[in-house]
Amino acid sequence: MFSRWLERNIKYVFPLPAVLFVLLMMVFPIAYTFRLSFYEWSMSSLVPPAWVGVENYKTLLFSDPRFMASLWRTFSFTISAVAVETVLGVGIALLFNQDFKGKNALKTLFLLPMIATPVAIGLVWMLIYEPNIGFANKVLQFLHIPPLLWLASPHQVLASLVVVDVWQWTPMIALVVLAGLSSLPTEPYEAAMVDGASRWQVLTKITLPLLQPTILVAVLLRSIDALKTFDIIYAMTAGGPDFNSETINIYSFVQGFSYFHLGMTSSLLMIFFVIVLGMSMLLVTARKRWGA
Amino acid sequence: MPNIYTIIQNSFKKVGGETVKKPKKFLRGVAMVLSLAMTLGLVAGCGTKTATPQPAATDKPYAGTQLRVVFANHPWADAIKAQLPEFEQKTGIKVNLENFFEDQLTTKLTVELTSGTTTIDAMMFRPLQEGKLFAKNGWLNDLTTQSQKDKAWDISDFNKGAIGTVTMDNKLYGVPIVTEREILYYRKDILTQNNIAVPKTLDELLAAAKKVNDPSKKLYGFVARGKLSPAVTQLSSFLYSMGGDFAKDGKATVNTPEAIKAYQTYGDLQRLYGPPGTLNMAWPEAFAVFQQGQAAFLTDADSLYTNLTDPKKSTVSDKVGFAPFPAGSAGSKPYNITSWALALNAKSKNQDATWEFIKWATSKEQVLKMQQAGNPGARESVWNNPEGLKNFPAEYAATVKESMKTSVDHDRPLVINIGPARDAVGGPIQAAIQGKDVKAAADTANAAFQAILDKEK
Repeated sequence: MFSRWLERNIKYVFPLPAVLFVLLMMVFPIAYTFRLSFYEWSMSSLVPPAWVGVENYKTLLFSDPRFMASLWRTFSFTISAVAVETVLGVGIALLFNQDFKGKNALKTLFLLPMIATPVAIGLVWMLIYEPNIGFANKVLQFLHIPPLLWLASPHQVLASLVVVDVWQWTPMIALVVLAGLSSLPTEPYEAAMVDGASRWQVLTKITLPLLQPTILVAVLLRSIDALKTFDIIYAMTAGGPDFNSETINIYSFVQGFSYFHLGMTSSLLMIFFVIVLGMSMLLVTARKRWGA
Repeated sequence: MPNIYTIIQNSFKKVGGETVKKPKKFLRGVAMVLSLAMTLGLVAGCGTKTATPQPAATDKPYAGTQLRVVFANHPWADAIKAQLPEFEQKTGIKVNLENFFEDQLTTKLTVELTSGTTTIDAMMFRPLQEGKLFAKNGWLNDLTTQSQKDKAWDISDFNKGAIGTVTMDNKLYGVPIVTEREILYYRKDILTQNNIAVPKTLDELLAAAKKVNDPSKKLYGFVARGKLSPAVTQLSSFLYSMGGDFAKDGKATVNTPEAIKAYQTYGDLQRLYGPPGTLNMAWPEAFAVFQQGQAAFLTDADSLYTNLTDPKKSTVSDKVGFAPFPAGSAGSKPYNITSWALALNAKSKNQDATWEFIKWATSKEQVLKMQQAGNPGARESVWNNPEGLKNFPAEYAATVKESMKTSVDHDRPLVINIGPARDAVGGPIQAAIQGKDVKAAADTANAAFQAILDKEK
């Protein structure tokens, strides 16, 4: 009886764990956050959430300077980090595509930052950036450049964080591009050799155009990841000094777990969710148009 | 569209050449069990475990009980940890201790208590930081009646101000364990070398910091917290001593001339005579500068003094001087508060055993031991006992006793929603350190703080 029922419904039983997982861990939290974004609640078990309508969204979008500033900061962090990472990553991938001694050992070493724990990296970089005894200022001193404040300066803090992000994530772009390079067809290169093209011409007219879809995917994947950066920023500055490294992720954490404005946090995250969703859709369309 | 099932079936066809009946059935069974197990696992993951209570013995009524105790990383917690075996032996209760840095502790407690956890029994908390919120949310057990019962433990021995900080709406929500006041730390050797007397006023402090400040030799005149929220408590004594406060009768007062002068003084000390990077400093960073011998003056809580006098942590352990907070235009008015207290989770399943633990940790004997380990407590009998002062440096004991006279019972705005309030009133500190317009920053801060006050009415 039961086995016959199973026999007929096996196509539902097999995907059940996956469906349940998605429902419990993804759909429910998003739906709950969406609902909560119309309430005001301080996590109290005595005072229930109070309905405020779109008030949270209105406050965030029109009268909260920290929200707009952090949104802007999130994008400038993402764009500058990903831009530097792409240029360096493609360059390094081209380098590793050549044959030279000790290439594999170097490649492994080069990938190490990517697998290190972000919070640990943050703590180490905090020491490097320490303005009085840190390694970064010792290097500047050696080069006869006046010392910088790094994380302690409201103007340099975001750039300092970008450097850490670049250090950690350039290998990822390099890795993706390297994979793309190894799957390129050889015929165009043979033709170019016959035609007597210079190495520069080969690079700009053949390699880069052929690599374009790969680079695009790497950039978009990395952008979505960079938008979500939280760990290194929270570990290193927690948004300071004077809110100058407060990205949207840090701001929502502060609103949620240090201000206990749970409703406000939910609306903030909904706005961010829509932005990331937009980015993801861009990725899908871009891959359809230019991808293989 | 082939489904997984047919794919598996086909793969068997390929491997065996023909469909074999037994492996197919076997495989299907395995796959079914696996998928059901995963489903169950997902559902079961949402449940909670419950502990089974042990049978009680007569002399040790709570023997076998396991308590989960969540503490901050604090010298008091380290000192009490060393005493735990004594308690465990006496009562048969097993104490499982967890430690967190203070900000993480607040987050940890909030998240767990919100979810209605029953596993946390006792916790360290900061009455002025999260006390109002925790009590309002019904997370802390009301200790009023049971605290009156045990005459030997004696609640009336606690300092009145200290009890005041843990009392809300006439209900006792915690037992004070660490009290603190802001004092001036200074380097004896540097003052002697430069022939400077210990500053008695903030003007003298400014002058002295200026005189000894010599960045080329890596010696700075002054260091203190400059990080947005942590700096607020240490600014408060500057504020009171200049004649200001955060609020008065429900009105924000952080843009009064007194307040602006306080912000300016605190900011100037750091901007002109402080090390680079104070904007990012909470107490560990500020103390580190002093420990490395790179600062002549430091204003911070007296309860943290062992960080400077412990030779394992400090290179200047034998050269630290202590003095009461320098006077401003309104005199010397440091805060004098209960910084840490012990509370009982209202949902704990081990109410009585936890209360035993709290009573033990705050008993006269333990408070004496804690105070001898360098943690200023709240029991008056201990403060009046020469034994209770014997391990403090003489100058330190005198400074603390002096500071207890001129006391303000809060070191931060008195609101429930303390996080945004601290960030608001901390803004002008960071403006002052950066040399920005303090008046403008104070006006912004005042408006933001007023909005928070209005919301809580």
